[in-house]
Amino acid sequence: MTSQDLFAEISIQAEDFSLADEVALLEKDNLTDGAVVTFTGRVRNNNNGNSVTSLTLEHYPGMTEKSLAKIINQAKEQWQIGRVKVIHRIGELHIGEQIVFVGVTSKHRQDAFAANEFIMDYLKVKAPFWKKEQITEAGKTSENWLDAKTGDTDKAELWS
Amino acid sequence: MIKIVFFAALREQLDCAELSLSADDVKTVNEVKQRLSDRNSQWRQTFSNASLLSAVNHDMVAGDHLVKSGDEVAFFPPVTGG
Repeated sequence: MTSQDLFAEISIQAEDFSLADEVALLEKDNLTDGAVVTFTGRVRNNNNGNSVTSLTLEHYPGMTEKSLAKIINQAKEQWQIGRVKVIHRIGELHIGEQIVFVGVTSKHRQDAFAANEFIMDYLKVKAPFWKKEQITEAGKTSENWLDAKTGDTDKAELWS
Repeated sequence: MIKIVFFAALREQLDCAELSLSADDVKTVNEVKQRLSDRNSQWRQTFSNASLLSAVNHDMVAGDHLVKSGDEVAFFPPVTGG
C-alpha cells in the first residue's frame, strides 16, 4: 500500500477505545497528511428532559459495515483524504462512555474537517444502529427506543 | 425462500427476529410487507407505520425493489446511532 491509497478501517465493537491509540494509528508512517481531525461521541446524561442512566446499542451485523464502507467511499469521492477510521460501540453503555469515533487525515485541514463531519452526518441517518435508553424517573426505571430526529436527516441532506 | 429479519423496536413489537417466506408469490419489498401485514391485526398495525425502512442484502432500498429467492430482506425503524 502506498501513501496515496485510502486506508479505511471500520470497527464495530463492545470494547472501549483509546483516542490516543487511534490518533497514533492514523499518524503512523503517514508523512503526507498534515491534518488529523477526530470526532468522539459520548453518552449524555439527559435526553428530551429525561434522566438517562444507560444506553443499549443494537445494530444489523453485515449491513452496518457495508453502509459505513459506502459512506467512507462517498467521502473519498468528494474530498482529498488520506486515512479514515470509524469505530462504533454496541451493547450496554453508561453515562460518559465513548460511543463513536471518526478519524480522518488529509494533506490540509479543510478536507479533513468536511469529510469527518460528512461521515458523522451520514452515519447518523444511514448506518443501521438503534439506541434504547434506560431512564430513571422518580425512582422508577423504564426503557425506551429513541426516535430518529428530523434534524439529523435535514443535516445529512445539506451535503447532497 | 426469502429470509426476513427485523430489528430494534420493530422486532420487539412483532416479538419476532426472523422468518422465511416463499419467494413464489412475492415480487417486491412492498409485496413482502403486504404479505407480513396479512398475518394478523398486530402485524398489520405495525407495518402501517410509514417511517419503517427496508433493506435487501444489506442495502437500503425502496418498496418497489425486486426480491428473489435467497435474498435477505430487513425491516427496521429509522436509525439512531452515533
